[in-house]
Amino acid sequence: MTGEKIIFLIIAGVTLFSGFMVVTSSNLVHAALWLVAALFGVAMVFALLNAGFIAVVQVVVYIGAIAILFIFAIMLTRREQLDHGVQVNKNWWVGALVAVASFAGLVFLLQSFNGFSKTALAIPSGFDAVNQLGDALTSPAGYVLPFEVASVLLLAALVGAVYLAFNKK
Amino acid sequence: MNFWSDPLKVAADWLTGILVGWGMNAVVAHILLAFLGILMLASILMVLDIFLVWLERKVVARFQDRLGPNRVGPFGLIQPFADIIKLLIKEDTTPDGADRVVYNIAPLLSMMSVLILWAIVPLAPVLLGVDLNSGALFLIAAGAIGTLSIIMAGWASNNKFSVIGAFRQVAVMVSFEIPMLAVLLIPTIFAGSMGMNTIIQKQDIWYFLLSPLGALIFLIAAIAELGRAPFDLAEGESELVAGYNTEYSGMKFGMFYAGELLHAFTFGGFWAILFFGGYRFFGLEKVSPFLSIAIILFKALIGYWIIMWIKYTMMRIRIDQMLAFNWKFLTPIAFVLVMVTALMNALLRDASSWLYITGMILSNIILGWVSLEIARLVSKKERERVEGLKQPALSKAEGVVEAHH
Amino acid sequence: MIPLSWYLILAAALFSIGLYGVLARRNAVAILLGVELMLNAVNINLVAFWRYGDVAQMAGQVFAIIVFAVAAAEVAVGLALVISVYRRRNTVIAEELDILKW
Repeated sequence: MTGEKIIFLIIAGVTLFSGFMVVTSSNLVHAALWLVAALFGVAMVFALLNAGFIAVVQVVVYIGAIAILFIFAIMLTRREQLDHGVQVNKNWWVGALVAVASFAGLVFLLQSFNGFSKTALAIPSGFDAVNQLGDALTSPAGYVLPFEVASVLLLAALVGAVYLAFNKK
Repeated sequence: MNFWSDPLKVAADWLTGILVGWGMNAVVAHILLAFLGILMLASILMVLDIFLVWLERKVVARFQDRLGPNRVGPFGLIQPFADIIKLLIKEDTTPDGADRVVYNIAPLLSMMSVLILWAIVPLAPVLLGVDLNSGALFLIAAGAIGTLSIIMAGWASNNKFSVIGAFRQVAVMVSFEIPMLAVLLIPTIFAGSMGMNTIIQKQDIWYFLLSPLGALIFLIAAIAELGRAPFDLAEGESELVAGYNTEYSGMKFGMFYAGELLHAFTFGGFWAILFFGGYRFFGLEKVSPFLSIAIILFKALIGYWIIMWIKYTMMRIRIDQMLAFNWKFLTPIAFVLVMVTALMNALLRDASSWLYITGMILSNIILGWVSLEIARLVSKKERERVEGLKQPALSKAEGVVEAHH
Repeated sequence: MIPLSWYLILAAALFSIGLYGVLARRNAVAILLGVELMLNAVNINLVAFWRYGDVAQMAGQVFAIIVFAVAAAEVAVGLALVISVYRRRNTVIAEELDILKW
């Protein structure tokens, strides 16, 4: 067991525990804060995968924007009795069953994938992932069209969110 | 290679030699040394923070025509230690109904969001934590953690003033992040990299001279991010007691307070790195890394002094004015500035350096002038509208006075 | 070195946890929290396949960035809907929002 594996196991444990707390804690603000912990864990997984840029973007977008938005929304839609009542619907055991089944099914399917246990090659020296990513996002031979479509989607979401949440009075 | 040209590496090699000599695994020794380095940097910053308290109090005293702390020690230098002892022996209160864990984590996160910024600050060409190639984004990411700590503090305190203060501060931080992120792209365009060290290395001419407007927008956004006057409505004492840290006492309050001061100093440092050449000063940085540290700390202090100057000169503005200022004025300018800078950079890349500099400065000045003119026109219209609303009310009041007579 | 399987199993577990949250929670905001976990699990897979494949092919990272954008859009519209519903019906419990069911 190398140091890298130990670090991975710690991060994965923290992430999965936080994720579990997100779906089980009865106080919704706590659930959102656990979500922050889980997102931070995922950012560390990205860093472990040598994708430092994606890790930083994960923190900026998910923790800086999405988690804060969630906390705001929870505070705006909070009713006192919600924190103490039952948080799961009456078919929660079906959900648990489906989740366990999907996990088992995914692992079963993945085992038949022939690259399942391959290890990564070392990153060639002088390889700058940020430069490559920038080129890929903006060059016509790369992914400029999906990138533009994503920006249009963001604009549409911006307008839509303002229209929906605007208090018409 | 000797101690004076690369102190960090020499010290690390020496310590690794000792640890491996004791029979320690090389990897474990490396991790241990990394932790030691983090601990050392954090401790030095905390000690620096103590003196920042003294500095801030002295400077504000001068601005307000007072003497400031001058009783304890020479020039009152021991005063902050007395303050710390006072904070430590104060009662550590937790309000009823507070969310204890979140309430106690928030000050730690606030301090951490500041200290983590120093991981990417290059103190000298060879003295830096990491040369992250997404350094500019890292600045925003650390700000996100600061935002989180404020909303946690506000919510966990179980106090309406705390929540209102936290809401205001978060609204301000989230919205001022946008012009800041846009302006951070300007040094990135000039240097061709987001890494702080690369930005300094490529900065043969201060980026302030290439993009004065960008530097100004960064400073404004940084002050808003810090929550200092004129943007300190998160702790507007006249309406919110103290905002998100109302319920905190003792050292937990001290963490917020010290975190804010160090944050201001840190942003002074980033202003220096991004727009004023960081540790470079006419080749002096090549003499010794220790001289580089002195240069960057001096530049950071100047930035910090400007932030203090603005704080103690300007008055607080209203939250709606502030958000309108950001969304209707600062953000559009920042975006247009990024586009203009990118365009000019692409057009003038192969031109001589004098043409490049002149073109950049001219585009900045023209853009600043045009936006000020537009703002002047809009505010004139707004003033006329407000005057028009007032006029009938005034004449009615006069009519009442007439009737009374 | 860590084999690819570890990342894939982590992502599968996180996805399943998110799925449980979506299926079992009553509060609409909590359901969206579960969706976020699922999107993150997908992102782990995308970046892991980038790292364990040919690193010069940036498709994995590009798709991860696009997932970020989609997640931000989804949250903005989703939470706006939740707040809008809360204003009209004064509840965010998913099973109480049943006026289409007679």
